[in-house]
Amino acid sequence: MFPELNNLLNTTPDRAEQGKLTLLCDVKTDGSFLVHHFLSFYLKANCKVCFVALIQSFSHYNIVGQKLGVNLTMARERGQLVFLEGLKSSVDVFFQAQKEPHPLQFLREANAGNLQPLYEFVREALKPVNNGEAAWRCPVLLVDDLSVLLSLGMGVVAVLDFIHYCRVAVCWELKGNMVVLVHDSDDAEDEENDILLNGLSHQSHLILRAEGLATGFCRDVHGQLRILWRRPSQPTAQRDRSLTYQYKIQDKSVSFFAKGMSPAVL
Amino acid sequence: MLDLLAVGGLVLLRDSVEWEGRSLLKALIKKSALCGEQVHILSCEVSEEEFREGFDSDVNNRLVYYDLFRDPLNWSKTGEAFPGGPLGALRAICKRTDSGPVTIALDSLSWLLLHLPCTMLCQTLHALSRQDVCPGDSSPVRQVRVLGLLHEELHGPGPMAALSSLAQTEVTLSCTMGQASAHIHCQRPRQRPTHQTQLFSILPDFSLDLQEGPPPESQPHLDPHTPPVDPMAHLTFNLRLSNKEREAKDSLTLPFQFSSEK
Repeated sequence: MFPELNNLLNTTPDRAEQGKLTLLCDVKTDGSFLVHHFLSFYLKANCKVCFVALIQSFSHYNIVGQKLGVNLTMARERGQLVFLEGLKSSVDVFFQAQKEPHPLQFLREANAGNLQPLYEFVREALKPVNNGEAAWRCPVLLVDDLSVLLSLGMGVVAVLDFIHYCRVAVCWELKGNMVVLVHDSDDAEDEENDILLNGLSHQSHLILRAEGLATGFCRDVHGQLRILWRRPSQPTAQRDRSLTYQYKIQDKSVSFFAKGMSPAVL
Repeated sequence: MLDLLAVGGLVLLRDSVEWEGRSLLKALIKKSALCGEQVHILSCEVSEEEFREGFDSDVNNRLVYYDLFRDPLNWSKTGEAFPGGPLGALRAICKRTDSGPVTIALDSLSWLLLHLPCTMLCQTLHALSRQDVCPGDSSPVRQVRVLGLLHEELHGPGPMAALSSLAQTEVTLSCTMGQASAHIHCQRPRQRPTHQTQLFSILPDFSLDLQEGPPPESQPHLDPHTPPVDPMAHLTFNLRLSNKEREAKDSLTLPFQFSSEK
């Protein structure tokens, strides 16, 4: 995890809130560093994590995780991490006989109506286990990313329904947290993706939006991060708090600074 | 804004990611409940505990809650799902038998619009908001008010226009001079539409605190019912040349051009 990002979010692994949905989005840049941050954050917080990883391989997340101080292999072996490797298991849908519906069963069906098998997988992975082992702190669902589900043919309502049911199970019943990444199509006018992004924004308690600089690529400033805290059901005594910082991604950390205050230009 | 509760019909609360509308919906629900009305709530997006949070017992006791949050599509198969799903829940509200003024809150219309055909939803809303006549001539007219929360970024112009045509009142939430504001558009039968901007804040107990409105010059910038201003109207110069003017311009000798006449 990135300590500077923890400072901006005013949180630590010991003081992580529960029952919250965090939305990560990126536009004109790669926001995957936020996924790596939250994966290592919640593993260090001793939470049970279900990671629906549709974009990269397990070894990719593991290599980055080791730079951030977590070992995904060991986390998986001790039962703290349940990892759905989408790239690998999608092949199993076609070449292995399945006794039960596969989480990615929709890949095989011509008119897959919903993502219920994927939801059942998440629910099963995070349900409390009373077998005398050390109890984990709270369950966490991490999804990287939701936009690819639209690309794979799922309708936006089906993806929203999947997140709805995960919110019910993870955030409401189990008092856990969810972190999901959605790409912002910006100028591409992807109507379904916009509905997905806006629909999730309305449900989120925290929105982290990584944006590429309007002026293009810069060696010392890789983008800017907009943080928006929301209270979907709380009175609007004051406007939801928002912050904007610029950042630079380094090998094992990310440094954040106020706009125009990059150390390279001071 | 309190006039919203004085008339029946459909009231659209249009919010956005930046300016959420659920707290205003809850404030209006509280107002209705404290006036002695029965309030029916169809909740799709938040849990019952979260929705009731902030209401005291006087308000909570007057809420009839229809929970579509826990299992709206009957995936759990435990029998907890509302019979008939979203449409069944709406029809159950239509069939209620309570007398007296009633407020129906839909949280949210966006969720219903994503899961039901627009025409079916509009027909049901029309049936809900027009239930102001009891069977029998001696019964008093019942006032029904439907408050619908709508996340305007989620829908195209077609469904939005359909819902607008059904609504007697549209409240669009935004910001005016750094303060939460409601742009209120009222369209009553046989009356001219009215526009109003109201600054407000909602207290932690969901009481509505109305502030002095903005000066008349800063009236709503967001009015979907008036056509946009034509920027080429009332210009003091020509944007195009007539044929005669173009010929005259082409035949003009400029000062720096060499000419045998000079």
